[in-house]
Amino acid sequence: MKIQSLDPRIARAELSEEGEAPFTLPPLDQYETYEVFHLAVRGAQPVHVGSLHAPNPEIALLFAKEQYARRSKCVSIWVVRTADIHAIGVDDADIFETTPGKDYREARGYRVGGKLTAFKRKNMASNE
Amino acid sequence: MNEHAALKDLLYRIADDELIIAHRNSEWTGLGPILEEDIAFSSIAQDKLGHSHALYEILHTLGEPEADTTAFTRDERRFRCCHLVEYPIGAYDFSLMRHFMFDTAEHLRFDMLEHSTFEPLARLAVKIRGEIRYHIFHANTWIAQLGMQGSEESHARMQGALNDVLPLALGIFEPSEFEEELAADGIFPGEKALQERWLETIVPTVERAGLRMPGLAAITPAYGGRRGFHTSYLAPLLAEMTEVFRIDPSAEW
Repeated sequence: MKIQSLDPRIARAELSEEGEAPFTLPPLDQYETYEVFHLAVRGAQPVHVGSLHAPNPEIALLFAKEQYARRSKCVSIWVVRTADIHAIGVDDADIFETTPGKDYREARGYRVGGKLTAFKRKNMASNE
Repeated sequence: MNEHAALKDLLYRIADDELIIAHRNSEWTGLGPILEEDIAFSSIAQDKLGHSHALYEILHTLGEPEADTTAFTRDERRFRCCHLVEYPIGAYDFSLMRHFMFDTAEHLRFDMLEHSTFEPLARLAVKIRGEIRYHIFHANTWIAQLGMQGSEESHARMQGALNDVLPLALGIFEPSEFEEELAADGIFPGEKALQERWLETIVPTVERAGLRMPGLAAITPAYGGRRGFHTSYLAPLLAEMTEVFRIDPSAEW
């Protein structure tokens, strides 16, 4: 006996009621995944909010709006095919490590606040 | 003569359409073709329910009963919805085509109502504009996708759905006895004007989707709903929709 379900996703899988071995869906049966980014306010940076399944970018946008912009403020939404994102994965996180005592290589290593304030003050004074 | 009779009739027509299509579309919740579409379509149904509630609230300010009473206690003959919204959900092609045709008419109707001299309705029209824009985006995207970019089967099914839905959709624009009065008072320009704009809007979308628009001359629009004559589908829907309410009408939610 195959399990009959109102849910086409279940019916399509033709699961037996006796419980066979775990099935695998054939390739391309599932839609691609898209990553969703949203902008909470104009001018903000897009923030990754999650992913979804869709057959193409238009439908991905259609779904993204309801999935990720329904319960919070949003002014713009981006979708990107997951396959189009190239990444250095967390398995390789150690390549981001650096030896101690090299603060000068990081932005926070520069102490320029005082110089900048002095420059601005001088400039504003000369403009007056 | 009943004060505001023309205005109330207009409001009931719009509100009842919104309530019944909301109920029908919500029947897809949990059964949508894929999870993401299920969420989107359910959310659209919920928006429609909100629109009907807002309209029943306006009717309440005109002396009609409270929104819940109006929605859940009237018998079938007092509903003013068109036949289109009463039909069972059928297959997804039918529901999508109904969504496309109904929502386009809804969008154009509220677009006209933004200029209504009846301010509560004009304000509501502005308030729900964004929601309806998404509904239109959703409908148009699917019509284009399944008509043009899908398979032969999807194209054939959308064409079949178009042929089935069109006579029902034309029933949206069943004229009432108040057309001239509403137009003269600047409340609403009328169903005839709306139908013209609707045809101008849907025909290009249908054609871009590679679908063929049937000739209108041979079609009999499904009229009757606006005068309280409904299909046999409405009574069972109302029985189901009001089932919980009738157990205890005084219950606090």
